[in-house]
Amino acid sequence: MNPLPPPPVSLSPPRPSAAPKRLTIALLGNPNTGKTTLFNALAGMRQRVGNYPGVTVETKKGQMIYAGQTFDLVDLPGTYSLAARSPDEMVAVDLILGQQPGEARPDVVLTLVDASNLERNLYLTTQALELGVPVVVALNMIDVAEKQGIRIDAQELSLRLGVPVVPIQANKKKNLDRLKQTLALTAGGDLPAKQAPFPEAFEREATSLHDVLKEHLPAFLARRLLLDVGGYTEQRLAQRHGQHIRMQVQAARQRLALADCPVPAVEAHARYGWIRQLTTGCVQRPSKRPVTWTDRIDRVLTHKFWGTLVFLAIMFLVFQSIFTGAEPIMDLIGDAKDWLADRLADWLPPGPLTSLLTDGVLEGVGAVVVFLPQIVILFGFLAILEDCGYMARAAFLMDKLMARCGLSGKSFIPMLSSVACAVPGIMATRVIENRRDRLATILVAPLMSCSARLPIYILLIGAFVRPGRPWWVAGVTMFAMYSIGLVVAPLVALALKRTLLRGETPAFVMEMPLYKVPAARTVLRRMGDSGWAFLRRAGTLILASMILVWALMYFPRAEPESRVQKNLDDMHGRLALLQLVPFTAEGEDEKRQAEESAQALSEEIACMERDGEKYDVHVDRLERELDDWKEKQKDAPREEQASLQKVIDQRQREINELRGEWKRQSILGRMGQAIEPAVRPLGWDWKIGMAALASFPAREVVVGTLGIIYNQGKTDSKDVRRKGFEGAGNSPLARELQGSTWDDDPAHAVFTVPTALSLMVFFALCCQCASTLAVIRRETRSWRWPSFTFVYMTVLAYIGALVVYQVGSLL
Amino acid sequence: MASLDQLHVGQTARIESLVGSDTLVQRLYEMGLVDGEKIEVIGIAPLGDPLEISVRDYRLSLRRSEASRVLVTILPG
Repeated sequence: MNPLPPPPVSLSPPRPSAAPKRLTIALLGNPNTGKTTLFNALAGMRQRVGNYPGVTVETKKGQMIYAGQTFDLVDLPGTYSLAARSPDEMVAVDLILGQQPGEARPDVVLTLVDASNLERNLYLTTQALELGVPVVVALNMIDVAEKQGIRIDAQELSLRLGVPVVPIQANKKKNLDRLKQTLALTAGGDLPAKQAPFPEAFEREATSLHDVLKEHLPAFLARRLLLDVGGYTEQRLAQRHGQHIRMQVQAARQRLALADCPVPAVEAHARYGWIRQLTTGCVQRPSKRPVTWTDRIDRVLTHKFWGTLVFLAIMFLVFQSIFTGAEPIMDLIGDAKDWLADRLADWLPPGPLTSLLTDGVLEGVGAVVVFLPQIVILFGFLAILEDCGYMARAAFLMDKLMARCGLSGKSFIPMLSSVACAVPGIMATRVIENRRDRLATILVAPLMSCSARLPIYILLIGAFVRPGRPWWVAGVTMFAMYSIGLVVAPLVALALKRTLLRGETPAFVMEMPLYKVPAARTVLRRMGDSGWAFLRRAGTLILASMILVWALMYFPRAEPESRVQKNLDDMHGRLALLQLVPFTAEGEDEKRQAEESAQALSEEIACMERDGEKYDVHVDRLERELDDWKEKQKDAPREEQASLQKVIDQRQREINELRGEWKRQSILGRMGQAIEPAVRPLGWDWKIGMAALASFPAREVVVGTLGIIYNQGKTDSKDVRRKGFEGAGNSPLARELQGSTWDDDPAHAVFTVPTALSLMVFFALCCQCASTLAVIRRETRSWRWPSFTFVYMTVLAYIGALVVYQVGSLL
Repeated sequence: MASLDQLHVGQTARIESLVGSDTLVQRLYEMGLVDGEKIEVIGIAPLGDPLEISVRDYRLSLRRSEASRVLVTILPG
């Protein structure tokens, strides 16, 4: 390749300035032009993400140092035009015009242009020339253009455009020094010398409109107001200053139509006409377009048969990776958390603080961290697919299918990812530009059957559906549970798009970018960013919900007084006996031992008389005793093993019963009893209701909670998954569930097949997942949508479970 | 005059006009579908919709319903 040419426009020397003002550079460009790559190359690691109230787009901010001076860099969302139609699209315009509160007006706008696709890319640049800010054009991907036989005379183009044009290769970091130099010299300097010529009639209308609205609008927005039919400038102005402005604008547009320059065609004609003029003579194209690699690859990847096949293979790979690839790491995280919790419980005295640490904070942190493998893996794939250009093809292939439920092809991958886990799936909806489509996808994504539903399905199918039925019934039931989401999600999406999220069908019109080899650095960065963003924004909320549920199940922890009294009586009796020992003891040793025991016991009695007995202290004491017995069993001779095992089992049962009693009388247990009338029509007793309540932080928690309230101690959802139908169906918990009867009707079992199905259907449809809600809150930046999701899904789940139980009981 | 959605794969046409002034048409204008411009249909998705076209040296995908708003004159192959 030839060495890159020198900077095209002669630049005036830097102006002497007394105080070095921090200069700001705004980076503007079409999607798929390598904007992120350039931003990363200029800003290095010094970046952070900025948000604005009321919008869901993010702008990245960074710093660039050139010749000892620091520049602030703002990376604006990629766009094809500055004609804003929504608050999200308005962010870039407001920011460059200096209307974004708290943001300095940029001193220079850097527009990034794809050299292989010059005409369409320059459209945005011609708009930028009108913003009243100095402009520098970076001509990216000149290597790709040259390969296609396109030659651009950057110097000539710069003269014609009236702003500096710097050819660069962002991915290879070529000519970036020249770009930095040009930016430093242009920032805060002369405004662009030229603009796209509009017809005189238009200029007249724009000027007179601006004269009227001078106080409210800069000149740029007065033009946009006139040009963008139904655009955001019009909406915002009408909202702030009344509908009469709309009438004025419409009258002006009518006059323009009569003068043969109708809106919006006039803008496209003016800009693309000028662009043709600019490029004629300084851009050489081959007379016949050569067949590119993209053509060849696309022939396969969008082919009716092969394209579909490759698509299915890629989707399977993505799905399989997040579904099973993340599992070992997730299990490892779970095991590490359990290990740490056990160690902490051993070291620390029993009490609220220890329990908060081990069952609240540690569980919560574990619940947050456990999502990281899935998120990072999915975003790795998304970054690769997007960077290489396949994402657009996937949307192309799937659009018709998704259009049936009112969405577009861009919703497919987020929905598919949600089958593994809704959290990364919801984060992946960022590829959907249309706000309503994105929201609809976010709201139905949690309906897809995720892996957290598996433990409860496996346990209940294993315990109630499988026994005594043909081998295929279990599989079919499982399949039916998975299908619920696949059927209900599109229906809900359709309903939402027809009611709450009703509006003009968004344009699908989507660029199919050139294929290229994805850059490892971009991919790794996306993976890291997504994981970090999740931890920071959703992590605290998930943690908080875990701690809340912990507290509801921890308090009150005082054992009932009648039991305390009985224990005290026992202890006093034991003490009395111990105090007799010294009188009858033969040896000094025995005497001293008895005195020490009596001392310890009377301290314990004093303590219990003062504080009463606490469940967790009691459980802890029993567990320590259990450990002693187990220790004893290890060293015991063979013939004593059996009797020792009996003692150990007895102790374990005692502990489990105590734990169960503690949780059943906790605040949450009482809530469960209070809501029993509401869950009775679903075939549930209060214990199931309580387990459902306790699973608010995460669905899989329901298995653990059932284990505790059915006196089976801690049951691990991971184990249930590992065991499969048969193992789970034969587990002690399953037997306990099979044997459980109604409190007020002990002759009848609580769990029948309809009850089990109703519970499964409830968990298929409900949104008992604080992480999902936290991510929805983070992505929509409002509490409204997570609340809405929770309510609509819970209602849906209740109705579903009700129908299943009532119909099932009739059959 | 034909509309863009009526073209077969491989056919080339010249844009005559876009119908309407709504968001969709504004978007098509921005993407460079201006009257006089040459376009070629280069593919159709396996399910029959959307189309992939080539315009101004790049590729664009749009639905049939959207393509029906683009009036064209088919050029002899």
